[in-house]
Amino acid sequence: MTDTPTIPARATASGFPDYPMPRAARCPLDPAPGLRELQVEVPITKVRWWDGSTPWLITGYADHRALLADPRISADSTHPSHPPRAAGMREGHQKHGRPFIRMDDPEHARLRRTVTAPFSIKRAEALRPAVQKMVDGLIDDLLAGPKPVDLVEAFALALPSLVICEVLGVPYADRGLFHESSRLFVDRDADPQQAAEADQRLLGYLDRLIDEKLASPGDDLMSEVAARIEAGELSREEARRVAQLLLLAGHDTTGNMIALGTLALLQHPDQLAIVRETDDPAVIARAVEELLRYLSIVHVGHPRAALEDIEIGGHVIRAGDGLLLPAETANRDPAVFAEPDRLDITRDARGHVAFAFGPHQCLGQNLARVELQVVYSTLYRRIPTLRLATSLDQIPFKHDGLVYGVHKLPVTW
Amino acid sequence: MKVTIDIDKCIGAGQCVLSAPDVFDQRDEDGLVVLINPTPSAGQAADVKHAAALCPAQAIIVED
Repeated sequence: MTDTPTIPARATASGFPDYPMPRAARCPLDPAPGLRELQVEVPITKVRWWDGSTPWLITGYADHRALLADPRISADSTHPSHPPRAAGMREGHQKHGRPFIRMDDPEHARLRRTVTAPFSIKRAEALRPAVQKMVDGLIDDLLAGPKPVDLVEAFALALPSLVICEVLGVPYADRGLFHESSRLFVDRDADPQQAAEADQRLLGYLDRLIDEKLASPGDDLMSEVAARIEAGELSREEARRVAQLLLLAGHDTTGNMIALGTLALLQHPDQLAIVRETDDPAVIARAVEELLRYLSIVHVGHPRAALEDIEIGGHVIRAGDGLLLPAETANRDPAVFAEPDRLDITRDARGHVAFAFGPHQCLGQNLARVELQVVYSTLYRRIPTLRLATSLDQIPFKHDGLVYGVHKLPVTW
Repeated sequence: MKVTIDIDKCIGAGQCVLSAPDVFDQRDEDGLVVLINPTPSAGQAADVKHAAALCPAQAIIVED
């Protein structure tokens, strides 16, 4: 899909283009036209962030990977140049602590390694039958219920909630609490006070849960985290933050991939037909990677800060400069992906950076893959006449969120 | 072809296991990489190179 750019890419009052930029209403699955214009004309440039700061925007694939893997680039959200995603974030993280995704090595590696084992390929694959059962159960409920129905609420968000509760050993009945935190976690406009209160509520809940797991451990990840406290490998505070990250990170992201992926396939009936009619897990696996690339739902640039001067692409990024590295432009780089704006589920898209790159690449990616593979191979097969119950222009997109998706997706069959 | 790994860099993302499951595995205790076969055959070379290119931590070194 292409559209006439309506947003001037350069020249704002500050001399730098504002970032993020709005997508074109007629092409809601494509990056903002102004962003694509920058990518072609000035692939490395400064932009104006919401707080008035002017970090570098890195739009190309090769630069994206090189910088995210560069130890001279910091992910520390308490660094004064780290572009904060919302008001009060830096101060909040300084005062109350932060998840390990916002830390650098060696602290980051020490904390991440306490929870890498449960997200290995083998452990994720072992969950496949359970995920299949959950997907089948949710589809049974859909088919037995009224229509049209909002696919986001009834299916797309429900599945990752069920999965993460199962993996962590968190009661599904308590999901309201982490849904609230999850919403505030990804809302750029969230009131800092409200976000801090939700944060504390969730941490308090996790504290009580850790106590329960210490008293009667189960075969679940929260019990493993609790055991690390007893073994002296994690402090109580670290354990709470690790648990919080695991609870929140795989939830909204996977839900958006399910709903937005379904919308993308419904908009491309030829591609949907391939997914619906195949018996080959390799075809589904390819489709998942291509949808991850094409949709790049973590669409706002990854925030980083330069610790040293770095020469790249004819520019010098100075020590102390902020950076933003969006996956959505890297994943549409024509130097790497031929006809990048075309959804082609038969292409080999494995080199995409939808899960980021470098030491912070998504911990839960293999679990996400299993969930998405099961969903895409089951939903359209069991409901072959699935279709939108409204027109594309009536669908509310998450333009302001850090994670892109749809608020609602009314479907019928 | 000779493959070496830098375990200190590994983050357990598992991309290598997805790309070349006959050459790489993950440890049960922490999900970090295990090199099953440090001298892959010519038939495995393309998959191993792909694994090295995809590794987010750039922990795989391939020598022809």
